[in-house]
Amino acid sequence: MITLGEVQETNKMIREMNLDVRTITMGISLMDCAHSDLTVFNRNIYDKITRLGENLVKTGEDLERQFGIPIVNKRVSVTPISIAAGGLKTDSYVSVAETLDKAAKEIGVNFLGGFSALVHKGFTESDLKLIRSIPEALAVTERVCSSVNIGTSRSGINMDAVKLMGSIVKRTAELTSDRDSAGCSKLVIFCNAVEDNPFMAGAFHGVGEPECVINVGVSGPGVVKRALEEVKHKDFESLCETIKRTAFKVTRVGQLVAQETSKRLGVPFGIVDLSLAPTPEIGDSIAEIFQAMGLEEAGAPGTTAALAILNDNVKKGGVMASSNVGGLSGAFIPVSEDHGMIEAVQKGALTLEKLEAMTCVCSVGLDMIAIPGDTSEATVSGIIADEAAIGMINNKTTAVRIIPVIGKGVGDIAEFGGLLGYAPVMPVNGFSCASFIDRGGRIPAPIHSFKN
Amino acid sequence: MKGIITVLGKDKVGIIARVCTYLAGQNVNILDITQTIVQGYFNMMMIVDISAPAKSFEEVVEELQQIGVELGVEIKLQHEDIFNTMHRI
Repeated sequence: MITLGEVQETNKMIREMNLDVRTITMGISLMDCAHSDLTVFNRNIYDKITRLGENLVKTGEDLERQFGIPIVNKRVSVTPISIAAGGLKTDSYVSVAETLDKAAKEIGVNFLGGFSALVHKGFTESDLKLIRSIPEALAVTERVCSSVNIGTSRSGINMDAVKLMGSIVKRTAELTSDRDSAGCSKLVIFCNAVEDNPFMAGAFHGVGEPECVINVGVSGPGVVKRALEEVKHKDFESLCETIKRTAFKVTRVGQLVAQETSKRLGVPFGIVDLSLAPTPEIGDSIAEIFQAMGLEEAGAPGTTAALAILNDNVKKGGVMASSNVGGLSGAFIPVSEDHGMIEAVQKGALTLEKLEAMTCVCSVGLDMIAIPGDTSEATVSGIIADEAAIGMINNKTTAVRIIPVIGKGVGDIAEFGGLLGYAPVMPVNGFSCASFIDRGGRIPAPIHSFKN
Repeated sequence: MKGIITVLGKDKVGIIARVCTYLAGQNVNILDITQTIVQGYFNMMMIVDISAPAKSFEEVVEELQQIGVELGVEIKLQHEDIFNTMHRI
């Protein structure tokens, strides 16, 4: 039988250490909505999303009350629109994004992901239409998130897409310059994108996924940090054991919520994503975990090793706790969403180059980083290419979500609001990569992709 | 279905009486009670059978919370599965 001590431990995690389920994300296939007429297509996707997602938010809220644990976000991901909308006779997909936004508002989810294209080996006509629609789509909608996959370990990197995305990021920044270029906070450029990621802004419902599915993202940086404070002067084995044990407990909660949601909605359970996702709240920070491990600030020498330990042991602890682990599963290191990372940048401890090194061992990439608004398109492309190369060679997902804040320079603060937080504008290496990016074409698949 | 009720706060007369009276009215059976008082702080856990409550689980959660506000303590009712999954393999 459950003991008073165990009950207290769980409730202390919830009350004092910000333990929560970060997101329940419903993946919805839009394949059967295809049509050549824009009005019919929009009606089809609106009807399908609002029909399947109708009870998502209410179910999440009921489970919150039943288990006494906050479920912070309820979200929807859909089939990449460049695929679902491929048959449309239209030049722009902006009205599709507006329909998705309307559907998200109708069912009460705070983000909807899948205004996406997968172009790692080349563009279809539809991919190009989608990508060219991104800046306006993100400017006129509130809840729609967009992502573009420009490379994989299997097929190399589409450098034409890297070049194009440099200008799309800049254009998106310009069209939302009245909001500190916040449009870019809803745009992720991936290498090795995963099909079942429940976290925004990079979520989409992959083509290998079922009709409808429930994926859950857990969190709990605060719980890991508090546990590590208990083993302050112990060796690395104790450090790793503590992270594993904590990750196990956190993931079990995610698994429970995922199974219950799936049962109540009559939708199959997909995966639990084990990522440690910080928020701007004090005590909910990855940077604070580094400090508990013994680093003065995030970015100090040793940070990459600390992150590697964290990421690996979160996975080791989590895999046994869930029947199906997937998504990105690791530690996120978004700058603007983590007050400890923000402080580290302001103190000069954390630079863009160190963040790039950290992305070699974390689960995603350069995330929510504000850079000067006058950064050139080619430089943005260069940053994307570097990050994609890390992903391609190391067989891992990497991503870039950077915000060139129009009208702001190094040291200024960009405000994105809510969960997206705020970020100090970071300096970018000013030497040019324009001639490199201008070459065009593809970087061929790396040697270790030939496994057949 | 079993639920876990926890009460946390400064000790005073009548906390258990008030909670138990409410539970009886809701057809909720108490299976086990554990409590400690450390430095005047009251810490109680009840395991209850909530298979056929008069109102829905969610309503009982909210009404218990409200009783807690009136008594100046924190009262939570949670489905036991959250503790079982976290602490038992």
